[in-house]
Amino acid sequence: MMKRLIFLLPLVLFGTLAGYFFARLGDDVTTVPSALIDKPVPPIETVALLEGKPGVSAADFKGEPKILNVWASWCIPCRAEHPLITRLARDTGIPVLGLNYKDRQGAAIAWLDELGDPYHAIGYDQSGRAGIELGVYGVPETYVTDKDGRIRYKRVGPVTPEILEEEILPLIRELSK
Amino acid sequence: MKSVLISALFALVVVSGMSGPSLAVEPDEILDDPVLEQRARELSKGLRCLVCQNQSIDDSNAELARDLRIIVRERLTAGDSDEETMDYIVARYGDYVLLKPPVNAGTLGLWLGPFLILIVAGIAVFFFLRGRSQAFATQGAGAESTDTGRALDAAETARLNALLGEDADKTNSKKDSS
Repeated sequence: MMKRLIFLLPLVLFGTLAGYFFARLGDDVTTVPSALIDKPVPPIETVALLEGKPGVSAADFKGEPKILNVWASWCIPCRAEHPLITRLARDTGIPVLGLNYKDRQGAAIAWLDELGDPYHAIGYDQSGRAGIELGVYGVPETYVTDKDGRIRYKRVGPVTPEILEEEILPLIRELSK
Repeated sequence: MKSVLISALFALVVVSGMSGPSLAVEPDEILDDPVLEQRARELSKGLRCLVCQNQSIDDSNAELARDLRIIVRERLTAGDSDEETMDYIVARYGDYVLLKPPVNAGTLGLWLGPFLILIVAGIAVFFFLRGRSQAFATQGAGAESTDTGRALDAAETARLNALLGEDADKTNSKKDSS
């Protein structure tokens, strides 16, 4: 009996692998796992985009949970997620910090004038250097940090209503306890 | 007219073929120190361009690839070793940025898996072959016990001889007729 079963082994192995590959087919392979989850915000230092509103630096993330949103005026999905970022800032009252990534200052300011400015502070990262410190590889990106200034969550790509409701808001509630 | 056009096209193909693959590294990025530049090129070849499909930052024209190439050169110029430079990038983008995955707890299966499969398969083949040769051996030794290996009884011997005799007769008769 055992002898006969052993010939089924390749079939079983094939089935297992095929099943695994099939299950992974739907995954978004462009999502890079972040190296910074549970690590402190890296030492970024950016100038202010707007007069009268500070830039963003690593020290800003200490004290309470915060959101960091990386955006650019040339980024179409940023435009799509903007109402959600605005809602996030208004409804939760948590400071949302903006990082304007590889943009022209004039274009960025015009973008805010048109769509509104939900940000508590906005760093102007023209060179993309702060972006590299954060491991940014595609805008928009959204980070949630805890009161110790550690990155607890990273979303690459636009925030959607589902992601806001199911991932970001529950985490913020947990962190705010 | 047509032949001129064809030869011109042919010349173009030959010339463009000779020039080799175009470089993604732009002139303003290249370091003055050729040794340092060479090191930067080597490191760049092992770093994944995150916004491309399986290209290294050395091959890619993407802007993020360019930024990372510049950072690699900055670190090297600042006196970092090759390892320190790679660690700097990995700390920000994770192991995923390395085109050759490092050996660690998470990738051990990836590295050792093929050898493990080879060993298991080797053991399986060994036992399979040994089992088969043992089966043959038992058949030979225990002649009485199995039907196929049993010695012929008297009736069978007689029948066999008769058949062989028939054959011999046939051959003989053939010889006679020829």
